[in-house]
Amino acid sequence: MPEPARSRLARAFVARPGRGQLVVAVLLASLGFAAALQIRLTNTDGDFSGQRRQDLVALLDSLSSATDRTESRIDELEEARDKLLTSSQRRQAALEQGRSELDVLAILSGTVAATGPGITVTVTDPDGSVLAASMLNGIEELRDAGAEAIEVNDQVRVVASTSFTEVADQIVVDDVTLLPPYVIDAIGSPQTLSEAMVFPGGFSDEVEELGGAVSVEQLDVVRVDSLHEVEEPEYSQPTDR
Amino acid sequence: MIAVVGLLLGILAGLLLEPAVPEPLQPYLPIAVVAALDAVFGGLRAFLDGIFDDKVFVVSFVSNVLIAALIVYLGDQLGVGGQLSTGVIVVLGIRIFSNVAAIRRHLFHA
Repeated sequence: MPEPARSRLARAFVARPGRGQLVVAVLLASLGFAAALQIRLTNTDGDFSGQRRQDLVALLDSLSSATDRTESRIDELEEARDKLLTSSQRRQAALEQGRSELDVLAILSGTVAATGPGITVTVTDPDGSVLAASMLNGIEELRDAGAEAIEVNDQVRVVASTSFTEVADQIVVDDVTLLPPYVIDAIGSPQTLSEAMVFPGGFSDEVEELGGAVSVEQLDVVRVDSLHEVEEPEYSQPTDR
Repeated sequence: MIAVVGLLLGILAGLLLEPAVPEPLQPYLPIAVVAALDAVFGGLRAFLDGIFDDKVFVVSFVSNVLIAALIVYLGDQLGVGGQLSTGVIVVLGIRIFSNVAAIRRHLFHA
Protein backbone atom coordinates (compact mmCIF):
# COMPACT_ATOMS: atom_id res chain seq x y z
CA MET A 1 0.00 0.00 0.00
CA PRO A 2 1.68 3.19 -1.15
CA GLU A 3 1.41 6.12 1.20
CA PRO A 4 -1.42 8.58 0.50
CA ALA A 5 -0.73 11.12 -2.26
CA ARG A 6 -1.39 14.10 -0.11
CA SER A 7 1.12 13.31 2.57
CA ARG A 8 3.74 12.44 -0.06
CA LEU A 9 3.23 15.91 -1.57
CA ALA A 10 3.53 17.54 1.84
CA ARG A 11 6.68 15.58 2.64
CA ALA A 12 8.24 16.53 -0.70
CA PHE A 13 7.78 20.18 0.21
CA VAL A 14 9.67 19.96 3.47
CA ALA A 15 12.22 17.31 2.54
CA ARG A 16 15.77 18.15 1.61
CA PRO A 17 15.83 18.58 -2.17
CA GLY A 18 17.57 15.83 -4.01
CA ARG A 19 18.96 15.68 -7.53
CA GLY A 20 15.55 14.90 -9.00
CA GLN A 21 13.94 17.96 -7.49
CA LEU A 22 16.75 20.13 -8.79
CA VAL A 23 16.23 18.91 -12.36
CA VAL A 24 12.50 19.47 -12.07
CA ALA A 25 13.16 22.96 -10.71
CA VAL A 26 15.36 23.83 -13.66
CA LEU A 27 12.77 22.61 -16.16
CA LEU A 28 9.98 24.44 -14.36
CA ALA A 29 12.09 27.58 -14.33
CA SER A 30 12.51 27.34 -18.08
CA LEU A 31 8.76 26.80 -18.45
CA GLY A 32 7.96 29.84 -16.30
CA PHE A 33 10.50 31.87 -18.22
CA ALA A 34 9.03 30.93 -21.58
CA ALA A 35 5.45 31.42 -20.41
CA ALA A 36 6.16 34.87 -18.98
CA LEU A 37 8.00 35.78 -22.17
CA GLN A 38 5.14 34.63 -24.35
CA ILE A 39 2.54 36.46 -22.27
CA ARG A 40 4.55 39.65 -22.43
CA LEU A 41 5.03 39.20 -26.16
CA THR A 42 1.31 38.65 -26.71
CA ASN A 43 0.36 41.66 -24.64
CA THR A 44 2.86 44.08 -26.08
CA ASP A 45 2.95 42.90 -29.65
CA GLY A 46 0.95 45.57 -31.40
CA ASP A 47 2.42 44.82 -34.77
CA PHE A 48 2.15 41.60 -36.72
CA SER A 49 5.75 40.45 -36.55
CA GLY A 50 4.92 37.24 -34.64
CA GLN A 51 2.14 36.15 -36.94
CA ARG A 52 2.21 33.45 -39.59
CA ARG A 53 2.46 34.44 -43.22
CA GLN A 54 -0.79 32.59 -43.94
CA ASP A 55 -2.68 34.49 -41.26
CA LEU A 56 -1.22 37.76 -42.46
CA VAL A 57 -2.29 37.05 -46.02
CA ALA A 58 -5.82 36.26 -44.85
CA LEU A 59 -5.85 39.43 -42.77
CA LEU A 60 -4.64 41.45 -45.74
CA ASP A 61 -7.31 39.90 -47.97
CA SER A 62 -10.09 40.73 -45.59
CA LEU A 63 -8.76 44.25 -45.16
CA SER A 64 -8.51 44.87 -48.88
CA SER A 65 -12.00 43.51 -49.51
CA ALA A 66 -13.29 45.74 -46.72
CA THR A 67 -11.50 48.64 -48.41
CA ASP A 68 -13.13 47.76 -51.72
CA ARG A 69 -16.55 47.65 -50.12
CA THR A 70 -16.00 50.97 -48.40
CA GLU A 71 -14.70 52.59 -51.55
CA SER A 72 -17.68 51.47 -53.59
CA ARG A 73 -19.90 52.80 -50.84
CA ILE A 74 -18.06 56.13 -51.02
CA ASP A 75 -18.58 56.20 -54.78
CA GLU A 76 -22.30 55.55 -54.36
CA LEU A 77 -22.66 58.28 -51.79
CA GLU A 78 -20.69 60.77 -53.85
CA GLU A 79 -22.85 60.01 -56.85
CA ALA A 80 -25.98 60.55 -54.79
CA ARG A 81 -24.56 63.79 -53.44
CA ASP A 82 -23.72 65.04 -56.95
CA LYS A 83 -27.20 64.13 -58.12
CA LEU A 84 -28.80 66.00 -55.26
CA LEU A 85 -26.48 68.94 -55.81
CA THR A 86 -27.26 69.27 -59.52
CA SER A 87 -30.98 68.90 -58.90
CA SER A 88 -30.92 71.60 -56.26
CA GLN A 89 -28.84 73.81 -58.55
CA ARG A 90 -31.30 73.24 -61.36
CA ARG A 91 -34.15 74.11 -59.05
CA GLN A 92 -32.28 77.24 -57.96
CA ALA A 93 -31.72 78.28 -61.58
CA ALA A 94 -35.37 77.63 -62.42
CA LEU A 95 -36.38 79.68 -59.41
CA GLU A 96 -34.18 82.59 -60.47
CA GLN A 97 -35.43 82.44 -64.03
CA GLY A 98 -38.99 82.35 -62.75
CA ARG A 99 -38.34 85.36 -60.55
CA SER A 100 -36.87 87.43 -63.37
CA GLU A 101 -39.75 86.39 -65.63
CA LEU A 102 -42.09 87.43 -62.85
CA ASP A 103 -40.45 90.87 -62.75
CA VAL A 104 -40.75 91.26 -66.52
CA LEU A 105 -44.36 90.17 -66.55
CA ALA A 106 -45.26 92.29 -63.53
CA ILE A 107 -43.90 95.41 -65.21
CA LEU A 108 -45.58 94.55 -68.50
CA SER A 109 -48.92 93.87 -66.87
CA GLY A 110 -48.60 96.94 -64.65
CA THR A 111 -49.02 95.18 -61.30
CA VAL A 112 -45.88 96.73 -59.79
CA ALA A 113 -44.54 100.25 -59.70
CA ALA A 114 -41.55 100.79 -61.98
CA THR A 115 -38.70 103.24 -62.09
CA GLY A 116 -35.93 104.01 -64.52
CA PRO A 117 -34.74 106.52 -67.12
CA GLY A 118 -37.38 107.90 -69.45
CA ILE A 119 -39.33 110.97 -70.45
CA THR A 120 -42.22 113.03 -69.25
CA VAL A 121 -44.49 114.36 -72.01
CA THR A 122 -46.76 117.23 -71.10
CA VAL A 123 -49.62 117.93 -73.48
CA THR A 124 -51.42 121.22 -72.98
CA ASP A 125 -54.78 121.51 -74.63
CA PRO A 126 -56.45 124.91 -74.09
CA ASP A 127 -59.11 124.26 -76.78
CA GLY A 128 -60.08 120.84 -75.51
CA SER A 129 -59.57 119.43 -78.99
CA VAL A 130 -56.99 116.75 -78.26
CA LEU A 131 -59.06 113.59 -78.05
CA ALA A 132 -58.61 109.87 -77.51
CA ALA A 133 -57.45 109.11 -81.05
CA SER A 134 -54.56 111.60 -80.83
CA MET A 135 -53.68 110.44 -77.35
CA LEU A 136 -53.65 106.83 -78.52
CA ASN A 137 -51.39 107.82 -81.40
CA GLY A 138 -48.95 109.31 -78.92
CA ILE A 139 -49.04 106.21 -76.75
CA GLU A 140 -48.48 104.03 -79.82
CA GLU A 141 -45.47 106.13 -80.80
CA LEU A 142 -44.05 105.61 -77.30
CA ARG A 143 -44.68 101.85 -77.48
CA ASP A 144 -43.08 101.74 -80.90
CA ALA A 145 -40.01 103.47 -79.45
CA GLY A 146 -39.71 100.77 -76.82
CA ALA A 147 -41.40 102.30 -73.78
CA GLU A 148 -41.55 99.65 -71.09
CA ALA A 149 -43.97 101.25 -68.65
CA ILE A 150 -46.36 104.11 -69.37
CA GLU A 151 -48.79 106.02 -67.20
CA VAL A 152 -51.02 109.00 -67.85
CA ASN A 153 -51.59 111.85 -65.40
CA ASP A 154 -50.13 109.72 -62.56
CA GLN A 155 -53.54 108.06 -62.58
CA VAL A 156 -53.73 105.32 -65.15
CA ARG A 157 -51.18 102.67 -66.02
CA VAL A 158 -51.19 101.96 -69.73
CA VAL A 159 -51.02 98.23 -70.43
CA ALA A 160 -52.02 95.92 -73.25
CA SER A 161 -55.71 95.97 -72.36
CA THR A 162 -55.97 99.71 -71.70
CA SER A 163 -58.84 101.35 -73.57
CA PHE A 164 -58.99 104.95 -74.84
CA THR A 165 -62.51 106.31 -75.26
CA GLU A 166 -64.28 109.66 -75.22
CA VAL A 167 -67.20 110.71 -73.13
CA ALA A 168 -68.58 114.22 -73.75
CA ASP A 169 -65.36 115.37 -75.46
CA GLN A 170 -63.26 114.20 -72.58
CA ILE A 171 -60.69 111.44 -72.77
CA VAL A 172 -61.55 108.38 -70.69
CA VAL A 173 -58.79 105.84 -70.16
CA ASP A 174 -59.80 102.62 -68.43
CA ASP A 175 -62.87 104.31 -66.90
CA VAL A 176 -60.79 107.22 -65.60
CA THR A 177 -61.64 110.63 -67.02
CA LEU A 178 -58.52 112.64 -67.81
CA LEU A 179 -58.36 116.41 -67.51
CA PRO A 180 -55.78 118.49 -69.37
CA PRO A 181 -52.93 119.08 -69.20
CA TYR A 182 -52.16 115.48 -69.96
CA VAL A 183 -48.87 114.23 -68.49
CA ILE A 184 -47.49 110.98 -69.91
CA ASP A 185 -44.66 109.25 -68.01
CA ALA A 186 -42.79 106.61 -70.01
CA ILE A 187 -39.80 104.48 -69.01
CA GLY A 188 -37.39 103.59 -71.78
CA SER A 189 -34.43 105.09 -73.61
CA PRO A 190 -34.97 108.87 -73.09
CA GLN A 191 -33.32 109.73 -76.41
CA THR A 192 -35.39 107.31 -78.49
CA LEU A 193 -38.63 108.14 -76.71
CA SER A 194 -38.26 111.90 -77.11
CA GLU A 195 -37.42 111.52 -80.79
CA ALA A 196 -40.55 109.44 -81.21
CA MET A 197 -42.54 112.35 -79.78
CA VAL A 198 -41.14 115.19 -81.85
CA PHE A 199 -40.36 113.76 -85.26
CA PRO A 200 -41.94 115.81 -88.14
CA GLY A 201 -45.53 114.81 -88.77
CA GLY A 202 -45.65 112.87 -85.53
CA PHE A 203 -47.48 113.27 -82.28
CA SER A 204 -46.07 116.72 -81.51
CA ASP A 205 -47.12 118.17 -84.86
CA GLU A 206 -50.53 116.54 -84.62
CA VAL A 207 -51.24 118.15 -81.25
CA GLU A 208 -50.00 121.51 -82.43
CA GLU A 209 -52.35 121.35 -85.43
CA LEU A 210 -55.20 120.83 -82.97
CA GLY A 211 -54.15 123.96 -81.05
CA GLY A 212 -52.26 122.29 -78.23
CA ALA A 213 -48.60 122.07 -77.33
CA VAL A 214 -46.23 119.22 -76.44
CA SER A 215 -43.18 119.54 -74.21
CA VAL A 216 -40.84 116.62 -73.71
CA GLU A 217 -38.50 116.33 -70.76
CA GLN A 218 -35.78 113.68 -70.66
CA LEU A 219 -35.19 112.42 -67.12
CA ASP A 220 -32.74 110.04 -65.54
CA VAL A 221 -35.36 108.79 -63.14
CA VAL A 222 -39.02 108.46 -63.99
CA ARG A 223 -41.40 106.83 -61.55
CA VAL A 224 -44.46 105.00 -62.76
CA ASP A 225 -46.46 104.47 -59.60
CA SER A 226 -50.02 103.82 -60.69
CA LEU A 227 -51.00 100.21 -60.94
CA HIS A 228 -53.21 98.18 -63.18
CA GLU A 229 -55.38 95.47 -61.65
CA VAL A 230 -55.17 92.21 -63.52
CA GLU A 231 -58.36 90.22 -63.76
CA GLU A 232 -58.46 86.48 -64.08
CA PRO A 233 -59.17 85.65 -67.73
CA GLU A 234 -62.73 84.44 -67.97
CA TYR A 235 -62.75 82.87 -71.42
CA SER A 236 -59.23 82.29 -72.56
CA GLN A 237 -57.11 79.48 -71.31
CA PRO A 238 -53.48 78.81 -72.06
CA THR A 239 -52.95 76.07 -74.61
CA ASP A 240 -50.31 73.47 -74.12
CA ARG A 241 -47.01 74.56 -75.43
CA MET B 1 9.71 23.02 -2.62
CA ILE B 2 12.67 23.86 -4.74
CA ALA B 3 10.57 23.04 -7.84
CA VAL B 4 8.06 25.75 -6.96
CA VAL B 5 10.90 28.18 -6.25
CA GLY B 6 12.34 27.34 -9.69
CA LEU B 7 9.01 28.08 -11.37
CA LEU B 8 8.71 31.44 -9.65
CA LEU B 9 12.33 32.28 -10.48
CA GLY B 10 11.70 31.51 -14.13
CA ILE B 11 8.63 33.71 -14.24
CA LEU B 12 10.50 36.55 -12.55
CA ALA B 13 13.41 36.20 -14.95
CA GLY B 14 11.07 36.29 -17.93
CA LEU B 15 9.33 39.38 -16.62
CA LEU B 16 12.41 41.30 -15.53
CA LEU B 17 14.98 40.47 -18.18
CA GLU B 18 12.62 40.96 -21.14
CA PRO B 19 14.88 39.19 -23.58
CA ALA B 20 14.02 39.38 -27.26
CA VAL B 21 12.70 36.16 -28.75
CA PRO B 22 14.47 35.31 -32.03
CA GLU B 23 12.13 36.02 -34.92
CA PRO B 24 12.03 32.46 -36.40
CA LEU B 25 11.19 30.93 -33.00
CA GLN B 26 8.27 33.23 -32.27
CA PRO B 27 5.48 31.07 -33.74
CA TYR B 28 6.69 28.00 -31.78
CA LEU B 29 6.98 29.55 -28.34
CA PRO B 30 3.29 29.34 -27.38
CA ILE B 31 3.03 25.73 -28.57
CA ALA B 32 6.21 24.86 -26.65
CA VAL B 33 4.79 26.43 -23.50
CA VAL B 34 1.57 24.43 -23.76
CA ALA B 35 3.51 21.22 -24.42
CA ALA B 36 5.69 21.88 -21.36
CA LEU B 37 2.58 22.51 -19.28
CA ASP B 38 1.30 19.11 -20.39
CA ALA B 39 4.57 17.48 -19.31
CA VAL B 40 4.45 19.26 -15.94
CA PHE B 41 0.93 18.13 -15.18
CA GLY B 42 1.83 14.61 -16.31
CA GLY B 43 4.80 14.67 -13.96
CA LEU B 44 2.68 15.90 -11.07
CA ARG B 45 0.19 13.13 -11.70
CA ALA B 46 2.98 10.54 -11.79
CA PHE B 47 4.35 11.94 -8.54
CA LEU B 48 1.00 11.57 -6.86
CA ASP B 49 0.68 8.07 -8.31
CA GLY B 50 4.01 7.30 -6.69
CA ILE B 51 5.69 6.40 -9.95
CA PHE B 52 7.53 9.69 -10.54
CA ASP B 53 10.96 9.38 -12.04
CA ASP B 54 13.03 12.47 -12.76
CA LYS B 55 14.67 10.96 -15.84
CA VAL B 56 11.29 10.15 -17.35
CA PHE B 57 10.12 13.65 -16.51
CA VAL B 58 13.09 15.30 -18.19
CA VAL B 59 12.75 13.17 -21.29
CA SER B 60 8.99 13.70 -21.56
CA PHE B 61 9.36 17.44 -20.97
CA VAL B 62 12.02 17.92 -23.62
CA SER B 63 10.46 15.56 -26.14
CA ASN B 64 7.02 17.14 -25.66
CA VAL B 65 8.39 20.59 -26.40
CA LEU B 66 10.47 19.44 -29.34
CA ILE B 67 7.76 17.33 -30.95
CA ALA B 68 5.14 20.09 -30.56
CA ALA B 69 7.50 22.61 -32.14
CA LEU B 70 8.43 20.14 -34.86
CA ILE B 71 4.81 19.42 -35.75
CA VAL B 72 4.04 23.11 -36.03
CA TYR B 73 7.20 23.72 -38.04
CA LEU B 74 6.21 20.90 -40.39
CA GLY B 75 2.72 22.37 -40.64
CA ASP B 76 4.16 25.73 -41.54
CA GLN B 77 6.26 24.16 -44.28
CA LEU B 78 3.21 22.31 -45.60
CA GLY B 79 1.06 25.44 -45.49
CA VAL B 80 -1.27 24.14 -42.77
CA GLY B 81 0.59 25.65 -39.80
CA GLY B 82 -2.45 27.41 -38.39
CA GLN B 83 -4.68 24.34 -38.45
CA LEU B 84 -1.96 22.01 -37.19
CA SER B 85 -1.06 24.23 -34.25
CA THR B 86 -4.74 24.36 -33.38
CA GLY B 87 -4.82 20.56 -33.49
CA VAL B 88 -1.76 20.30 -31.25
CA ILE B 89 -3.25 22.73 -28.76
CA VAL B 90 -6.48 20.72 -28.68
CA VAL B 91 -4.71 17.42 -28.08
CA LEU B 92 -2.45 18.90 -25.38
CA GLY B 93 -5.47 20.58 -23.79
CA ILE B 94 -7.32 17.30 -23.58
CA ARG B 95 -4.27 15.64 -21.99
CA ILE B 96 -3.88 18.47 -19.50
CA PHE B 97 -7.52 18.18 -18.53
CA SER B 98 -7.33 14.42 -17.98
CA ASN B 99 -4.09 14.80 -15.98
CA VAL B 100 -5.64 17.53 -13.85
CA ALA B 101 -8.67 15.29 -13.30
CA ALA B 102 -6.39 12.50 -12.00
CA ILE B 103 -4.51 14.96 -9.76
CA ARG B 104 -7.81 16.22 -8.40
CA ARG B 105 -8.90 12.69 -7.61
CA HIS B 106 -5.66 12.10 -5.72
CA LEU B 107 -5.78 15.30 -3.70
CA PHE B 108 -9.47 15.63 -2.97
CA HIS B 109 -10.62 12.05 -3.49
CA ALA B 110 -13.28 13.42 -5.80
